[in-house]
Amino acid sequence: MVPLTVNGVSHEFDGDPNMPILWYLRDELGLAGTKFGCGMALCGACTVHIDGRAIRACVTPVSAADSKEVTTIEGLDPDGNHPVQRAWRSHNVPQCGYCQSGQIMQAASLLAENPAPSDEEVIDGMQGNICRCGTYQRIFAAVRTAASEV
Amino acid sequence: MAQITHVSRRQFIQSTGLGAVLVLGAQIRQNSIFAVARAQSATSVQPNLFVSIDSDGTVTITCSRSEMGQGVRTGIPMILADELEADWSRVKIWQAPGDETKYDPAGKDGQNTDGSRSTRHHFEIMRELGASARNLLERAAAEEWGVDASEVYTKHHRLYHTSSGRSFDFGELVDAAANLSLPTGGNAPAPRLKHPSEWKYIGKDLPVVDNFDMSTGGAVYGADVSLPGMKIAVIARSPVYRGRVRSFDATEALQVSGVEQVIEIPAMADDTPTEFRALGGVAVIGTNTWSVMEGRSKLEIEWDDGPFTAHDSSTFDDALRESARRGGSVIRRRGDVDEALSTADSVVESEYFVPYLVHTPMEPPVALVDATARPVQVWAATQAPNETRQYVAEALGLEKTDVECHITLLGGSFGRKSKPDFACEAAILSEAVGAPVRVQWTREDEVRNGYYHAASAQYIKAGLDASGNVTAWHHSAAWPSLMALWAPDVKAASTLEAGLGLIDLPYNNIPNLQIETGEADAMIRVGWYRSVNNIQHAFATNCFVNELAAAADRDPLEFMLGLIGDADEMDLTEDGVEEIWNYGDSIDDWPIMPKRLSNVLRTVAQKSGYGKQMADGHGLGLACHRSFHSYVATAVHVVVRDNGSLHVPQVDVAIDCGRYVNPEGVRKQIEGAVVFGHTIARHGKITTSRGVVEQSNFHDYPLTRIGDTPLDVRVEIVDDYVHLRSCGVGEPGVPPYAPALANAIFAATGKRHRALPLTDDAISI
Ligand code: FES
Ligand code: FES
Repeated sequence: MVPLTVNGVSHEFDGDPNMPILWYLRDELGLAGTKFGCGMALCGACTVHIDGRAIRACVTPVSAADSKEVTTIEGLDPDGNHPVQRAWRSHNVPQCGYCQSGQIMQAASLLAENPAPSDEEVIDGMQGNICRCGTYQRIFAAVRTAASEV
Repeated sequence: MAQITHVSRRQFIQSTGLGAVLVLGAQIRQNSIFAVARAQSATSVQPNLFVSIDSDGTVTITCSRSEMGQGVRTGIPMILADELEADWSRVKIWQAPGDETKYDPAGKDGQNTDGSRSTRHHFEIMRELGASARNLLERAAAEEWGVDASEVYTKHHRLYHTSSGRSFDFGELVDAAANLSLPTGGNAPAPRLKHPSEWKYIGKDLPVVDNFDMSTGGAVYGADVSLPGMKIAVIARSPVYRGRVRSFDATEALQVSGVEQVIEIPAMADDTPTEFRALGGVAVIGTNTWSVMEGRSKLEIEWDDGPFTAHDSSTFDDALRESARRGGSVIRRRGDVDEALSTADSVVESEYFVPYLVHTPMEPPVALVDATARPVQVWAATQAPNETRQYVAEALGLEKTDVECHITLLGGSFGRKSKPDFACEAAILSEAVGAPVRVQWTREDEVRNGYYHAASAQYIKAGLDASGNVTAWHHSAAWPSLMALWAPDVKAASTLEAGLGLIDLPYNNIPNLQIETGEADAMIRVGWYRSVNNIQHAFATNCFVNELAAAADRDPLEFMLGLIGDADEMDLTEDGVEEIWNYGDSIDDWPIMPKRLSNVLRTVAQKSGYGKQMADGHGLGLACHRSFHSYVATAVHVVVRDNGSLHVPQVDVAIDCGRYVNPEGVRKQIEGAVVFGHTIARHGKITTSRGVVEQSNFHDYPLTRIGDTPLDVRVEIVDDYVHLRSCGVGEPGVPPYAPALANAIFAATGKRHRALPLTDDAISI
């Protein structure tokens, strides 16, 4: 049994503790905002927070969240108005949108750790998140905008 | 332009014999007006639901195109909303399911969102539908006020009486419009369309309607739909194309917690063309995606590899190169190239190669099917809902009308999800287990069992006279044809593929031209990929013309402009071309216009500061290309370091796409196309060994990331021909990028690169 909190709600996970958090969130809890892109920690589509830090949920077992707080895109802000989310909308970042939950969770974690990142630090921080639609220019601008607000 | 007439719902639609006639009817349901358009031709009557107005004034506009990031759920409804004079903040979008008898108002593509054609095929009809709905409301208001309809006008969701200033909100007129007695017959005058100067949304920036959902995790993609009792499946497919299962052992797979069943999906019969059918394989079915992926990894399968084990890049690529040199099928001829080459002062020849590519949309293919329901229910991330219905029906032995297809958002697609093999798999499994089944493709599945952008080789030879004028251009290309999906033995290039930037070679001022194609075997699923063959054709032509400019000791910009010229139109029939595909459209409606290509090239040169002195290691490269009727020119500024690594500090793109709807959407598509082009230029390469695709995920099939992408992409939407028909936007930004980069690398280093991708190793000095 793995006790954990997801978006402020307590859960007891009684399945195989090796199950990646991604599939627990999506298939068991019905939190579909976290996406599957590669399953190998190569794309960042599945990024969620454990105790506020970005992790790749496709390769992180539920056991790693034992007694910890998992935050998904659905729980980042009750109204969807985290500064990163607002910046994403003001820059019209999304195209297909599929990578954007992961991008936003990555950016939120980056800015929580480093509220005033340099350009290089933004690029390093976002390097693990692929956007096949190619929204990087706007992601970069949106992270800069959000940084000025957090 | 189609005629639009109002009729009551009971009025019978008369055939006028005029071809496509659109009839708008008002259908009353409680407090809503359901306006139903009927596209009518001599052979068919097609009802089409597109806009409704609720008594609270909410306007719901139907989107019948698939959203995959190109902004279509915003762009197409904007057109209708504009003519309706709706307040965009009170507009909702309703996603239509697949039904081309209802939701293909232009009657052009059966709701297949492909070929960068949504705007150009819907611009006029959406305006007409919006104007008709506005006209209905205006006449309802006139009736309420007892005035003539000519005294009523509509502005921003309200109807006004000119002289008295009285007004109604849209919502207040629902009942009156519902009770309206409508003119009889099919000959009522078409409602007036707004003059472009009156447009409130067309041509203005709007954020996409899904912005909020996409930034909060609320947007629904293919894998986000669930049904009660649903099972999840992954499938082990043959590593070699058209291989089949010889035997398998599922003992260990079935021991994985959460795995419930293992089922074989039979391979197609040997003589069945692949098309969009299920490939076959062994499916592991259970309650959780991870469980079935774990189960699949424990399957023991013995494969019969089938007929394509000889498909090996080490030999296949050379065969393509040889075929390109041989050519054989002449598709365009002007003058006499052999004669001109033999008398040329100098002859330049080069060979170009572009490898197989695969789509890698961020969301791998996924579909959910309930085959126990009637009609069968499909939820799929699909570009082609009606082909999905067709192939699912075939897989289940049903009629297309027995299948409904609901379209989720697509997490990217780039052509992959117009091929509904994954929905067929879900249908077969759903029927077998008697429950709804979601088939999830993994990234490895997508990379190894895809539909691949054709590898291609091109050989070009040109003659120059003593003053550096090009006197002859002999161009030959070979690639495996995507037509082999339907005709497996086909070796010849198709008119469609040749029409993608080869037969329409833009150098109209060259007196002697010969363009031909060679044969190639299709030994894998070849399928269309964003921009399709334009990628390699734009690469070779733009790189080669740059080589010629150097050989002639001329500036590349002036040289290209001289070859393209400023003619109003290029008439391929003069060069013996009897059939040009022209993106499925009439050449009269969308002619090939050299002056527009020259215009974007001049524009991008000026915007990018072309011609200025560059520091050592810096270079600016140009390329331009017409595709999907649009004209795009790209200028890439590159910095090359000694180890071959690159930095692209700035990219300028000029696009002339005729009449555009949402300029912010155009900019986003071009920005994305540059990144997509950068992946093709720098990373994209699928290879095969003994028939097996050698790549599998983003470690060995890398995509451009934020650290290597151009971050300063400047898009200039060229307005000079904005009065002309809308052209494509989603794809045409891709082709010019790689050649512009290659030309920039030449400008920086003096070295030519004729094969993609341009990896660091290849470039290092
Ligand atoms: S799905 Fe987890 S990093 Fe790609
Ligand atoms: S917006 Fe489509 S993958 Fe990023």
